[in-house]
Amino acid sequence: MTSFMSNLSSIGPEVALTVTALLLLVGGAMRGERASNLISWISVAVLVGAAVFGLKSAGAEPAQVFGGALILDKLALFAKTAILLSAALVLVIGAGFLQIEKIIKYEYAILVLLATLGMMIMVSANDLLTLYVGLELQSLSLYVLAAFNRSSLRASEAGLKYFVLGALSSGLLLYGMSMIYGFAGTTRFAGIADAAQLDASMGLVVGIVFVLSGLAFKISAVPFHMWTPDVYQGAPTPVTAFFASAPKFAAIVLIARLLLGPFADMMVQWQQVLVALSVLSMTVGYFGAIMQRNIKRLMAYSSIANMGYAMIALAAGSQRGLEALLLYMGLYLITTLGMFACILAMRQSEGMVENIDDLAGLSQSRPGLAFSFSMLLWSIAGLPPLAGFFGKLYIFLAAVDGGLLWLAIYGAVLSVVGAFYYLRIVKIMWFDDPGPSFVTPAFVLPLTAGVAAFFMLPGAVWLLPALERWAQAASASLF
Amino acid sequence: MMEIGLVHYLAVAAIIFSTGVFGIFVNRKNVIVILMSVELILLSVNINFVAFSTHLHDLGGQIFALFVLTVAAAEAAVGLAILVVYFRNRGNIAVSNINLMKG
Repeated sequence: MTSFMSNLSSIGPEVALTVTALLLLVGGAMRGERASNLISWISVAVLVGAAVFGLKSAGAEPAQVFGGALILDKLALFAKTAILLSAALVLVIGAGFLQIEKIIKYEYAILVLLATLGMMIMVSANDLLTLYVGLELQSLSLYVLAAFNRSSLRASEAGLKYFVLGALSSGLLLYGMSMIYGFAGTTRFAGIADAAQLDASMGLVVGIVFVLSGLAFKISAVPFHMWTPDVYQGAPTPVTAFFASAPKFAAIVLIARLLLGPFADMMVQWQQVLVALSVLSMTVGYFGAIMQRNIKRLMAYSSIANMGYAMIALAAGSQRGLEALLLYMGLYLITTLGMFACILAMRQSEGMVENIDDLAGLSQSRPGLAFSFSMLLWSIAGLPPLAGFFGKLYIFLAAVDGGLLWLAIYGAVLSVVGAFYYLRIVKIMWFDDPGPSFVTPAFVLPLTAGVAAFFMLPGAVWLLPALERWAQAASASLF
Repeated sequence: MMEIGLVHYLAVAAIIFSTGVFGIFVNRKNVIVILMSVELILLSVNINFVAFSTHLHDLGGQIFALFVLTVAAAEAAVGLAILVVYFRNRGNIAVSNINLMKG
């Protein structure tokens, strides 16, 4: 009993999230929609509190709890902090949108809490069963969030598409897990590592391929990306911002933990799969985005391409690769949330607009916002001297280190295509004839965009080494 | 008399799994059929888990199967709820009509 209690206390943030979500659900059911705002702010407070509380254990030794079902190491801590803070930020920047569109419901914040809880379990999973339960908790919450705007046909269509393809991907994932279980004889990662080291049998190879294709759905890697543009476009914009940030981070960390942990000895087999996924994702992500007029669809293709770059780092299969991956994903989170703050500010007097052309002349009506947005686009395009360039540089160096020179060259060449469509948006903002101007956004949106842009500027030199040191400590926990 | 061994169970599971996957892609008519196909996939996985569990004399697989059953129930509930919302907005649930967003 005491060991159960000590296990429970070591996952304090998760317990806090669970209890809060359940209590808020009861509170919301009793108080009705009037409590939506209060519930939303309590959720933000708990998310930030959990992140701060988690950081207090930063110096602790890696520990396995609940009989090895969960692992608490630096990698999990890094991922959890990023996930919790981005979920809190999504709640903050989305509040105004939901209010004005009159779709605010108290379930929204609770679903975000539950999805975040699922992601936290995913990133500290040390057993196929915990991995599956965490992933499903996250996915089921996200399906509902996608269809959250009940009266909108687009949103419900987005939810339906996401659900069908997500359920299929969970099926593939599970089938792979059953093969791994059968051939390794256990679902614990340590046991699977022993089995993989002993003999990379056909069953294990089939299993890891199925599991990888299931997880590729979650990070929307090509050819499992079909749902992404439709869901990003159809879902309410704050929900899209959430989709593009925390779940991607959680899923890629999960893939890293799985491949570099129990399957480290089968690198020959999974490296080919990752290289193929990465090449396809970068190509489709960048070329698909050129034709897009809708900024949310464009963000979908942008996230597909960015996941392609993240997979280059993973395919290198080294500690340096993992470090580059974490650094890149950290910068990606900041940039994406900043860009979505700009997208949420795209409101004209008659309502929200989503077309890229609506940004025309933004530099004259809102120069500050236009400047932040331009810096973020500049950074995600990977142009020096902004932080996004260094993120890509680290990935290419890790790839060259791992003997994937051609993949690094391909990625560098393709980022020129990416720069074309990112910079086209900058051109529209600064040089096109102004259209109807945007109404004054809630002050948190330009603030978020400004802070995110500030982190990308070369002036914030202290950020990159700090993030790098942290990524280094986190990546050391798998090697 | 033929002995029914692990391979037979795995073969049945593989057949059911493929039926489910084909059901999702080939079906052009009704979303409910897709939900049924998803259930088929999850059940085939359960057959796999239980067969391996008996073969390995390890209870872990059967516990996993129980978890899959619960999650499958939750998934069916969420899926049907989203389907009802979609039906209210669209008026039908034909797969070929789910094409509002493209490109």
